Amino acid sequence: MRPFDYVEMRVPAKSQYVGVARLTISGLASRIGFSYDDIEDLKIASSEAVTNAVQHAYSGDEDGEVVIGCALYGDKIEIMVADHGQSFNFEETKAKVGPYHDQAEGDFLREGGLGLYLIETLMDEVKVHHQEGVTVFMTKYVGGEQVEEDVETISS
Amino acid sequence: MNIQVDLQESDKVLKGYVRGEIDAHTAPVLREKLEPYQNIESLNAELDLSDVDYMDSTGLGVFVAFYKSVNSQGGHLKLSGLSARLKRLFDITGLGDIMDIESAGKGGI
Repeated sequence: MRPFDYVEMRVPAKSQYVGVARLTISGLASRIGFSYDDIEDLKIASSEAVTNAVQHAYSGDEDGEVVIGCALYGDKIEIMVADHGQSFNFEETKAKVGPYHDQAEGDFLREGGLGLYLIETLMDEVKVHHQEGVTVFMTKYVGGEQVEEDVETISS
Repeated sequence: MNIQVDLQESDKVLKGYVRGEIDAHTAPVLREKLEPYQNIESLNAELDLSDVDYMDSTGLGVFVAFYKSVNSQGGHLKLSGLSARLKRLFDITGLGDIMDIESAGKGGI
């Protein structure tokens, strides 16, 4: 049995689906017990990745699709965003993505600009894979403090 | 996933109010609404972002572009009512040091 639950979304490469992906990931993250702030970070990071993928997929001549795979563990979430339509084998692709090299990924960095910078800042681990399109693989760990249950009581 | 942008300009003073989510889908709407004001000389603009509940780099890009053109015309842009989340976004990108931003609650109601 896999040590994680896997959820995959396949959306048209259109900007109106960025928000749908963001909200879905927000819902998945809250199930694992991420704090409010961490969920907000995940929403931004995943939107940036999906936005990049939508723009990449658009440059092709066909109607593109973006695939978003989320692996939910007890203490972390792994999110993979690919700008090529094929559904991916999560473990296989994960094994292929290497650490991200400034030089090799220069083009992606320039295009992604502020977006990729935000992904790196807001997530704990980020890898980029270039083959038949671009795949961004990112991980965020559930923070040490489990305060989410008390938050409302304190503020209300 | 909607955005509402209200802008009112008179005598080179622009007051604006933005509500909703600013992302890849809605940022172009915001950019289009701001466009007519970007070349007004010595424009004094203030945009109230207190009801913006989500923003990412696409929104930052629109505000930076507007800031640049307003600045180049000798004007000033202020972003007000920023939530802690929005403030953080400006701070981690270094834009908080460059642009005139004001958090919600600061000298508030």
